[in-house]
Amino acid sequence: MSVLSLDPILSRRAEVQRIAEGSLRRRQRRSRIALALCVACILVALVPLVAVVAYTVERGAQSWSVDFFAHLPTPAGISGGGIWNSIVGSLIIDAIAAAAAVPLGFLIGLFLAQADGRIAGGIRFAADVLSGVPSITVGIFAYGVLVTTLHHFSAIAGSFGIGLIMLPVIIRSSETAIRTVPVDLSEAALSLGAKNATIARRVVLPAALPGLVTGMLLAVARGAGESAPLLFTAIGSQYLTLSPFQPMAAMPLTIYLDGIQAFSDLQRVAWGTGLLLVVIVLLLSITSRLVTSRLGRTRR
Amino acid sequence: MTDEEIPVSPATTAEPSVPSGPSGPSRGGGEMAIMQLRDVSVSFGGRPAVRNVTFNVSIEQVTALIGPSGSGKTTLLRALNRMHDAVRTAQVTGSVLLGGIDIYGGALHPTLVRSRVGMVFQRPNPFPTMSIYNNVVSGLRFNGIRKKSLLDEAAESALIAAALWDSVRDRLNDHAISLSGGEQQRLCIARALAVEPEVLLMDEPTSALDPYATRRIEDLIGELKDRVSIVIVTHNMQQAARVSDACAFLLMAEDRAGELVEFGPTAQIFSSPTDHRTEDYVNGRFG
Repeated sequence: MSVLSLDPILSRRAEVQRIAEGSLRRRQRRSRIALALCVACILVALVPLVAVVAYTVERGAQSWSVDFFAHLPTPAGISGGGIWNSIVGSLIIDAIAAAAAVPLGFLIGLFLAQADGRIAGGIRFAADVLSGVPSITVGIFAYGVLVTTLHHFSAIAGSFGIGLIMLPVIIRSSETAIRTVPVDLSEAALSLGAKNATIARRVVLPAALPGLVTGMLLAVARGAGESAPLLFTAIGSQYLTLSPFQPMAAMPLTIYLDGIQAFSDLQRVAWGTGLLLVVIVLLLSITSRLVTSRLGRTRR
Repeated sequence: MTDEEIPVSPATTAEPSVPSGPSGPSRGGGEMAIMQLRDVSVSFGGRPAVRNVTFNVSIEQVTALIGPSGSGKTTLLRALNRMHDAVRTAQVTGSVLLGGIDIYGGALHPTLVRSRVGMVFQRPNPFPTMSIYNNVVSGLRFNGIRKKSLLDEAAESALIAAALWDSVRDRLNDHAISLSGGEQQRLCIARALAVEPEVLLMDEPTSALDPYATRRIEDLIGELKDRVSIVIVTHNMQQAARVSDACAFLLMAEDRAGELVEFGPTAQIFSSPTDHRTEDYVNGRFG
């Protein structure tokens, strides 16, 4: 039997363990510092979020009442005005925008997830550029395309602008959701004699559904909060209008138009509308979370 | 006796144990336990996955965990170096003594446990952004070792032990992913060995390799055991018979939790098991 102390393995093991133990305290300290940095960064990110939400809740909750939601706006100086027309207007504008952007964006995303050629690369790049275009520019574009040609402001022009905001979000989230479905599944279907269209419909899309729905809800939330594309398209209205070819009120517009007025009544309306919008966006985000976890669980 | 003379299946030759120290690292041979599992249970989110497993891992021997899929072999293996710490819902009860100290007892920091109990995974997982050399010494660097001479010495020794030195000594700075699958797995073994662990856990280390590469790893396991005690999970009965000195046979109970059916010297498990379920399994009648 060899002399233990001269055994190179044993002596190296002893040295490694000695250094590992000796450096443990230093490593733990570093790890704590790194953790503290992460927590600090999270706090820095949370402070503005909490501040904005808290301030909006504080100011907005004062103007909330049944009348606030159920009434039409009153002229400045007359109290009791509501935002019923803005709520309806936002619903119509965003519904039309989503009805156009969701199928279009989904199909483009589906194409991108399957294709890797130069065309796909170009479309992907275009979608990225589009998502980076300032929303006010999108608004001007919608004005040029649908307002100057039709010679009047309309909700449909606003929907066009909002749809353009939603589109890249839907494209990229759809592509990502579809790409995360394991290739094994497609190959299994392929080996059973399925056509590409069948594979997409019966195998890939069901598996990607939670991601798809999440992306679409987030896109709608994103679009619902935009005011710039509506500024010179839907333009806003004091009345309840249902025709998409007429000027229409919308919540983001109400926030902007009432918020810059000198009358405190109107400013209060703006805060109340802002709070409602925050709540709606929050609910959409929570819903998308629930969809992901619910659908995701049954499908695993 | 020298290390080379340790019999392949010590079942027949119960050698007189040579106590080379009260506890801790020793290369003295014999039947001393390097690890003792006492009523080890693992559950995930309250659902038991492994229940009340008790056996000893003898020093400088290869202990195989065998059993059908779902019997908790890998789950049990990962309990031996606290890999379940990374899973929030996982809970390990019972005790795992390493050199007499319970690794779950709080006296040993988990990172120090893992530097003493290394692991090799199913699929080769060399760090893709590191060179071959940096892969091998990565564990040492993670543990705060910076001394160049120690790193070089450990890297060479580990690569020689993993039968990789001759083919990579001239390209230590190449990327690790330039190696073949079998070479990558041997690199991972070298990486684990470089930290000079007392125990090496291997989780089906050949399941992603071709027969030739599998053979080389199996040969390696036999050569390594005078350097490090090995616990290996394998699906392959022939592999367990070829490489191990002792076998733990696990089976899924009614509630899907893995239980230890039988533990003993490999020769005995394969020739005259005491439990009929073990006999059925090793003879390929189920699983």
